[in-house]
Amino acid sequence: MEFEATIGLEVHCQLGTNTKLFCGCTTLFAQEPNSQTCPVCLGHPGTLPVLNKKVFEYAVKAGLAIGCDIQKFSKFDRKNYYYPDLPKAYQITQFDKPFALKGGIEINIKGNKRVVKLERIQIEEDAGKLIHTADGSLVDLNRAGTPLIEIVSDPDMSTSEEAYQYLVNLKKILKYNEVSDCEMQEGSLRCDANISVKPIGQKELGTKVEVKNLNSFRYVQAAIDYEIVRQIQDIQNGNKISQETRLWDVDNGVTEPMRSKEGAHDYRFFPEPDLPPLILTDKEIEKIKSTVAEPPLKRKERFISELKLSEYDASILTEEKPIADYFENALKEFNKPKEIANWISNDISSYLNEKKIGIDQFPVSIENMTSLWKLIDDGTINKKIAKEKVFPLLVESNKNPSEIIESEGLAGKNDSDEIRKWVEEAMAKNQKAVDDLKNGKDKAKGSIVGMVMKASKGLANPQIVNKIIDDIINS
Amino acid sequence: MIDFYKTSAVEIAKNVKSGEWKAVDIAQTYLDRINDKNKSLNAFIRIYDDVIESAQAIDDKRNNGKPLGNLAGVPIGIKDNMCEKNRLTTACSKILSGYKPPYNATVIDKIEQQDGLIIGKTNMDEFAMGSSNETSFYGAVNNPFDTDRIPGGSSGGSAVAVSAGLTPLSLGSDTGGSIRQPAALCGVLGMKPTYGRVSRYGLMAYSSSLDQIGPFARYSEDAALLLNSIAGYDNKDSSSVDIEKPDYLENKITSLKGKKIGIVRSFMDEGLSTEIKTTIENNVIDVLKSLGAEIIEVELPHSKFGIAAYYLVATAEASSNLGRYDGIHYGFRSENINDLESIYVNSRSEGFGPEVIRRILLGTFSLSAGYYEEYYNKATKVRRLILNDYISAFKNVDAILTPTSPTCAFKKGEKSSNPIEMYLSDIYTVCNNLSGLPGISFNCGFSKEGLPIGAQFTGNVFEENELLQLVNIFEKNSSHHLTTPNI
Repeated sequence: MEFEATIGLEVHCQLGTNTKLFCGCTTLFAQEPNSQTCPVCLGHPGTLPVLNKKVFEYAVKAGLAIGCDIQKFSKFDRKNYYYPDLPKAYQITQFDKPFALKGGIEINIKGNKRVVKLERIQIEEDAGKLIHTADGSLVDLNRAGTPLIEIVSDPDMSTSEEAYQYLVNLKKILKYNEVSDCEMQEGSLRCDANISVKPIGQKELGTKVEVKNLNSFRYVQAAIDYEIVRQIQDIQNGNKISQETRLWDVDNGVTEPMRSKEGAHDYRFFPEPDLPPLILTDKEIEKIKSTVAEPPLKRKERFISELKLSEYDASILTEEKPIADYFENALKEFNKPKEIANWISNDISSYLNEKKIGIDQFPVSIENMTSLWKLIDDGTINKKIAKEKVFPLLVESNKNPSEIIESEGLAGKNDSDEIRKWVEEAMAKNQKAVDDLKNGKDKAKGSIVGMVMKASKGLANPQIVNKIIDDIINS
Repeated sequence: MIDFYKTSAVEIAKNVKSGEWKAVDIAQTYLDRINDKNKSLNAFIRIYDDVIESAQAIDDKRNNGKPLGNLAGVPIGIKDNMCEKNRLTTACSKILSGYKPPYNATVIDKIEQQDGLIIGKTNMDEFAMGSSNETSFYGAVNNPFDTDRIPGGSSGGSAVAVSAGLTPLSLGSDTGGSIRQPAALCGVLGMKPTYGRVSRYGLMAYSSSLDQIGPFARYSEDAALLLNSIAGYDNKDSSSVDIEKPDYLENKITSLKGKKIGIVRSFMDEGLSTEIKTTIENNVIDVLKSLGAEIIEVELPHSKFGIAAYYLVATAEASSNLGRYDGIHYGFRSENINDLESIYVNSRSEGFGPEVIRRILLGTFSLSAGYYEEYYNKATKVRRLILNDYISAFKNVDAILTPTSPTCAFKKGEKSSNPIEMYLSDIYTVCNNLSGLPGISFNCGFSKEGLPIGAQFTGNVFEENELLQLVNIFEKNSSHHLTTPNI
């Protein structure tokens, strides 16, 4: 019997506000335990939550960017359960009226584009964390009350590759809209996968297994692959799949049942009486909509169709929004997309990688960067010198490139007489190349050009050099 | 020395402000009286040992030429469920033994801003769950009119504090009648403001959608004075309402001409003690009529579901609100523990009293999967219907007059074994909480046994001023409120 898998993903994304969801504490990562807390997020008796409006704005922006139906009425609910990292013994979340429904994420599997459908997005608060030591468990509530959105997909995927792409593209959208830094290592993006298998063609879904502890997209992919095989084998061996939560064991590349004696939880959801419903007007939605970034995939397609960039270049340029923005801002000053793309994907990227910084911290202003490109373009300086000599000085000083060229004497030599002299000297020293050239061996030109460049310290305009060589040979 | 404890809070504040009286002298008078009387009443469970210093600070402030606030030097008792920074606040529960909040409730800040003098914490039913003040971890409170009887609850200590002249003012909280019923049973005035009028920030939640803080006083003017200080929008409480707040001490009325007072026939018949009925008819209705008010019958047909709806909503929210008392973060932790579950189970089983456990279990049940629709959700629909009844009634009347409690103060232990009968003590008060409307209970006479009888006005939303004015004009035309217990 042939089987097919059904996969749904739940992504928890920390919204990038400076303060928590219901109090004024900061959301800074890696601080002294319990230092980022107040009576509200510590769950002291008598305290009350007050919604951080910025969180709601970010959440709605994320929802709009994912194409969701933003709900004009939504509300918070309490999810009641006991755990030491949950100081109120309930999590404030959204149960039956989340703020965003539907929407979808585009994926492209071997040229087949389709949209993975979303069920909902809800706003909720994070819990704290437990640190287990030899002397017992310690509670750190710095993270308690951190704003999250939970993005729940429909069970609309069937392979780990689809899931991987869904996550990559979802993350890209969230980052593009600057609602989250999506740092998986810091826990600001977390993913749980729901996986089931069924015989191909069967309508009803198989029993679903939830896999947690997936700290990278590659783990998600690996865990899904593992689960599909495990579940199919179990069924073929005549076993029943039990509805359970399993953890991904990174070291052994397997999923293991989570040790928990609890059966199905009854969270006793009910509307949070301490918070009014969330009401949005069309006007407010429109206002947030105007801040939503162009979707990265759309931008990429635009770069290919309108700017005639290659798929490869467009991919690199749209990988991160600040890069795409830099590119487009530069384009306004210097209308040669391919040239800019090359600079960004080579020289600029190498510099950023070496310094481990983002393009938002790139020291050269768009004005100075585009000036340099213009100087190359009009022949004031040759490209090799620009890349090897001017660019390193430019990133150091962010000075006007003309000044650098001037003070360093790096301007290209365009004077034909001067260049002719160098060419003649080179030819005199290399009769064989001259003979070869005269016999139609064009490759020989390179060695003469090389000698001229050496003699001119790289400053001779290569186009003029070539022209003069041709003139002499053909005369 | 003047018998300050018979003096109104308005008078005290005025004279301390002017420098006529010293806050220290007033504080000492009250402390002496508390020392003398509290033992037999158990109204205060904690008296602060720095009260005289705080009073001195108020006098010093004035001596330094700084103006004093509107509560200048007025001693105030605070129910034990309102957080005071670094002062024990326990909701009279073992589970909060030793708990000192790291912050002040908004009402505490507001009282301190007005130079009120907080004396200590008053006794209450554990977590405000009770109508007799018998569920307190610190023992029952005695009614000053008959110490064998209960003072009502849950704010029994705050009611007794004012009734017995231990403080001119106190704060209580009212979830189903917890200010108004003990006020009635102790012969003082008690008001539950409109939901959202006073910030709940720092009030240990029992039922978040019903809880409201309010004043106890002997005189309506004193209640107005305290309400002036504590009412108003608070950005720390999303359920507090951002609308203008009147000066509750202004615009006193001198006649009831043109006023329409509603009475609810069904509230005056079944289940009400005849003595209370005739007292309200003779002492209140007749006075109101004589002052020119028109008495109109109104109907609140859904109020008969009030108690049922109340005990579903309140216990459901309580089951969630009280989850945080888990033995992990603060307060009491059982010594009998060996794993996480035993910390939870034993700390809570040992830390909560039986009435609290009963209500947590009730609430947990009514929120359970499969029962939510039938219980909690249905109860929220009943709330809406009750509010609609009031909205219709207020088209025809300015306020509604009802009894506060079906009986006078009963004997201690009399209803402890019958929770349903105890719950019915709130039959005339819960509908205000379910609908959010303000209610005020005031003394209108005494039973043959000399026990106070209370009557209640219910007003439209944010019509606290209307209620205070009605009681004020009643006080001017009667003297029941001046009768103090013989202790």
